[in-house]
Amino acid sequence: MNPVLNKELKLRFRSGKTFVGILFYLLALTLLMVALMYVLRTSSPSGFFKPQESRLMFMFLAFFQLGLVLFITPGLTGGVISSERERQTLSILLTTTQSSFTIVIGKLLSSISYLVLLILASLPIYSFVFLFGGISPTQLAQVFFFSLFTMLVIGCFGVLFSTLIRKTIVSMVTTYSVTLFIVAGTAVISLILFQIADIYAVATPKKVPSVYFSAMFNPGIVLADVFEPTVSEQIKEITGIKFPIWAAHLITYCIVIVLSLTISVRNLRANMKKGS
Amino acid sequence: MIEIKGLSKKYGKFTALQPLDLQIDAGCVFGFVGQNGAGKSTTFSILATLLAPTSGTATINGADIIKQPKEVRKQLGYMPDFFGVYDQLKAEEYLDFYGASYGIPAAQREKLIPQLLELVNLSHKRKDYVDLLSRGMKQRLCLARSLIHDPAVLILDEPASGLDPRARIEMREILKELKNMGKTILISSHILPELAEMCDVIGILDQGKLVAQGTVSAIQQQLQSEKIISVKTFDMQKTIAFFEENPRITKIEVLEEGKAIQFLFKGGDEEQQALLKTAIQKEIPIISFSEMESNLEDVFMEITKEVEFS
Repeated sequence: MNPVLNKELKLRFRSGKTFVGILFYLLALTLLMVALMYVLRTSSPSGFFKPQESRLMFMFLAFFQLGLVLFITPGLTGGVISSERERQTLSILLTTTQSSFTIVIGKLLSSISYLVLLILASLPIYSFVFLFGGISPTQLAQVFFFSLFTMLVIGCFGVLFSTLIRKTIVSMVTTYSVTLFIVAGTAVISLILFQIADIYAVATPKKVPSVYFSAMFNPGIVLADVFEPTVSEQIKEITGIKFPIWAAHLITYCIVIVLSLTISVRNLRANMKKGS
Repeated sequence: MIEIKGLSKKYGKFTALQPLDLQIDAGCVFGFVGQNGAGKSTTFSILATLLAPTSGTATINGADIIKQPKEVRKQLGYMPDFFGVYDQLKAEEYLDFYGASYGIPAAQREKLIPQLLELVNLSHKRKDYVDLLSRGMKQRLCLARSLIHDPAVLILDEPASGLDPRARIEMREILKELKNMGKTILISSHILPELAEMCDVIGILDQGKLVAQGTVSAIQQQLQSEKIISVKTFDMQKTIAFFEENPRITKIEVLEEGKAIQFLFKGGDEEQQALLKTAIQKEIPIISFSEMESNLEDVFMEITKEVEFS
């Protein structure tokens, strides 16, 4: 096992705070689900819980979880390397025979392992929706895969910035800023591009391919695509691009992951580069 | 063996290390002495593959620090001047982590860790959290960490800094033991007497330049142009009058309530012997005539001052 990963897991799961955190997360998720079920049931004229409403509840939980991933991951990963530097433990680590790749991967996996545990621990709560129908196991798997993938993407950004930036606080702020841009920035840009095209377009029906290239970065739009096939149809209609947006999202971010990790690995021992 | 050729480091216009040439034999304990900012830590960081030199290179047991950094890391145990420890990690786990980082198999680590803890007198602290140990204990633990992969060369950057006298003595004893084990040790300090006792060879760094190198006594001889001579006499006036006539003698001081004098003498052993011979011939009532051991701190100050003026 990767020594850094082994040590970090030991440190993280030794602390009681970790388990208190999981407890509160599961409590919050349970309360949210119970409250949703209550609202949906009372608002239903028949007094029954319909499969369509169960689906709505699942979507709500999935977006809640995505929000959590986007909010927590920068905090967990934005200081993995810079905090070692600030704590003066990095120089010793770099004199060991571990490769830069092993150190970076160990740091990344250990920092997101807590979130993975949170998500896995919440699986039984999600399973409640199966009692009422409306969601297929494939959709559940897709949502969880998507959460893990988003976590990995944001985690790679965190590791990248904490390697390049010396101060943890600056690195974290940068990671949060990039995350905010991915979530809100790309949505706003897509909307603006669409509006501009709408105003100046001559052809009917209007096709705005640029919207596709900003929307494909947005995890919210891609998650919505998992639940609603109409989202894909609408995007095709607006942009004229038939390539599935989820596939573009995965490919683009896979490239981002590889690039982030490569830059992080190359810059971990930046002082060893000639001319540094 | 460590071979350093023209190793230098510049940060923009600031020169942290001027081209350094050095050869340190296997099993030798080499002490780097210098004030803060003299270039000791820069040299060590370069040798520990943490910092790229601006020019020059170095090899450790034949492995080049730039071309074969991984090979160098295998040969090297490094203890920086400032280092942190991980919270919530026990002493034995701390060593286990670094052992794993050097690729030592778990079964071997299990045997090795108690031995290392015993070497640095921390066996009784193996289950204690590292962040709760005293500074001296942390230093010793860090030393044990640097030995986990049994390196041939140890680079210890001010290992005794910030320690109380007892902890310093303990550290010195451990280093002596390591020396007996045949390790090549590079150690730094800004206190010359601290190193003089345990080092075979000393190098004095000042403003990034190696200004002196050799055994402590050789450095003293090489750099001290004036000897301090102490003379005990029955007749103070006659004695002072005799020595005042000699152009090689300066700064005559009266010591011990008028029973002895001390002065600076410029000259070698032969001139010193001739001076004593003349004094006896002229019947100066000398009780004792001896060369004083000069203070190592004074030597260090003199050397670094010379560089400053030049």
